[in-house]
Amino acid sequence: MPLSTQSQGDDEQYVLVACSDNARNLSNILKAISFKDHAIFTATPNGLRVTVEDSKCLQANAFIQADIFQEFTIREDSVTFQINLTVLLDCLNIFGGSALPGISTVLRMCYKGYGYPLTLFLEEGGVVTVCKINTQEPEEPVDFEFCSTNVTNKVILQSEGLKEAFSELDLTSEVLQITMSPSQPYFRLSTFGNSGNAHYDYSKDSDMMELFQCTKTQTNRYKMSLLKPSTKALALSCKVSVRTDNRGFLSLQYLVRNDDGQICFVEYYCCPDEDVEEE
Amino acid sequence: MHCVVTGGNVKVLAKAIHSLSRIGDELYVEPQEDGLALRSVNSSRSAYACFLFAPLFFSRYSVPNRNNFRCKMAIKSVQAVFRSLASLEKTVEKCHIELDEQKNRLTFTLHCKHGLLKTHNLSFQDSESLQAVFDKDSCSNVFRAQPRLLVDTVMHFPPSLEEVTVSVSDERMWVRNHVEEEAEQSKAMLTELCLASDEFDHFAIQAHSSVTFCLKELRGLLVFAESTGLPVSIYFDEPGSPVVLSVTDSVLEGNFVLATLTDDPGLRKNSSRRGHTQPPPPPDDFMNDDMDSYLIAMDTSIVPGPSTAGPPTPPLAGSTCSKRPVATNHRTRIHSEEEEEGEEEGDSEKAEDSDRPPNKKFRSLFFGSVLPPSSQMNTQPVVSQEVLASDSEDDSQDE
Repeated sequence: MPLSTQSQGDDEQYVLVACSDNARNLSNILKAISFKDHAIFTATPNGLRVTVEDSKCLQANAFIQADIFQEFTIREDSVTFQINLTVLLDCLNIFGGSALPGISTVLRMCYKGYGYPLTLFLEEGGVVTVCKINTQEPEEPVDFEFCSTNVTNKVILQSEGLKEAFSELDLTSEVLQITMSPSQPYFRLSTFGNSGNAHYDYSKDSDMMELFQCTKTQTNRYKMSLLKPSTKALALSCKVSVRTDNRGFLSLQYLVRNDDGQICFVEYYCCPDEDVEEE
Repeated sequence: MHCVVTGGNVKVLAKAIHSLSRIGDELYVEPQEDGLALRSVNSSRSAYACFLFAPLFFSRYSVPNRNNFRCKMAIKSVQAVFRSLASLEKTVEKCHIELDEQKNRLTFTLHCKHGLLKTHNLSFQDSESLQAVFDKDSCSNVFRAQPRLLVDTVMHFPPSLEEVTVSVSDERMWVRNHVEEEAEQSKAMLTELCLASDEFDHFAIQAHSSVTFCLKELRGLLVFAESTGLPVSIYFDEPGSPVVLSVTDSVLEGNFVLATLTDDPGLRKNSSRRGHTQPPPPPDDFMNDDMDSYLIAMDTSIVPGPSTAGPPTPPLAGSTCSKRPVATNHRTRIHSEEEEEGEEEGDSEKAEDSDRPPNKKFRSLFFGSVLPPSSQMNTQPVVSQEVLASDSEDDSQDE
């Protein structure tokens, strides 16, 4: 493999080098957060965090641990840059992104530092493509101050159970209302559309429910347009943790298993749309 | 009204709604003593479909206290209740359909696997009864076929194809695409299939004829027939009188009534021209489409009497129709005449005297109105009820 046998000397000029023998492992998880063009990449020795935001009300983070990559070298404590995610995804799938077993694109991703482009070496079937994507001045991601000590309600569901609900969501509804409660209806998703309203109730005893920790009845509304992109993450995931804090902020954490059985996380934070009278 | 559907019947119900959605945009729901009737009609009123689910279809069935309750709602919103058709059988265990008369809501509750409960509260509008008048038993030609045969036949036609022509002889049926007279001959492609009578379960011909009707609705019924495995019966007479497609088993009956083209091109041209050159007709949604010939066809088709021996098709059926003595009960609607707002036809008709039904040119007998609940699935022509096809509804009951 020409990419992996490149001399070590070349690498010294890069502050970040990440290699994977399957580019899909990276592209798949980036797809789960690709609802805006601009993504902030933050690399630390632990791995890569990719952040995408919308309207300062929604933030999605993909965490790709260092051990997802066959090689992950970082010469600084932290490397941050911003990049066009759509372009990056196009490049990662430049060979078509085939999901057939035995065919995979080998990826070597290098970054020289501030002001330099992100360089991708992609190889499939002996063909090498080199892509250079200009990096941008990184923006400061919004801190949602979502702190686990302030979490009021939390449920962990198998994604299978939520996929159906999210695929059937009435998109004529402006909001998705989430009710979490220690008593009936436990965990409820509601929409209020043109033709009427719909409620999806999940019992706390359901075998889809892996964890149910609700302390207080909370009803919050979230903009449908903001939450809709999270469906992409849901589709890839096998489990999802839904949490709300005392301010009604929503945290959705998705556990995603990649082609090689490794685990990554995708997280969505969303501001509540408005205060709803609590019962 | 409270109905409970369980097991595989949920899918049957869902498929019925999906096939009705091929016909029109609205679902007419009418709980009757003899079962739940779901109907739809297309905007040009050239196609009508009705499913009647007998009380035995349900594991529980009760009709509303309020007599003659009927409503209509956007079919899309009902479809949304049964969106995941493929997984429906596996996931849904039970479906409750309840009417909340206080809130004017029809509630669909799906009890799914894993304790998931889906509740859809759908708003509805009151409506008058939607009823096509047709008599399939008097049709001279009757066929019954397994859905597979028809699916395989229809498969050969492109999805964009609008109409097919079905011709029959004593031993064969030909299905071919209908090519417009005006169509450029060089570009037209003709596809024709020939089916031998022994491919059918039943093949009874009295008149060698050939009818042309829309394919879309046939496809809609086939989706239902294929999933339920029910044989499809086809009834038709001569060009111009409707073709009836029907599926039946012990607990349900589905009838799709489709207008057919009259085969006299002179009549067709004549009638469509009339639509433009005559003194300004009253605003009428029927005038705006080119389905005039269908509608005329429909009018003539319900001249009482066995159609084989019936009067010959009048050359100008529309005018014949208006000369026909107007029945006394023009005002058979039980609801207010107010037109629903926002709809195009509503806008134009609001200018009219709303107390009187607009003087529609094509008084379609096709859709009778407000029949006694027991006369559902009516197969007898109801001549005394010459009612307009318009379906005004009561808008006063807001949510």
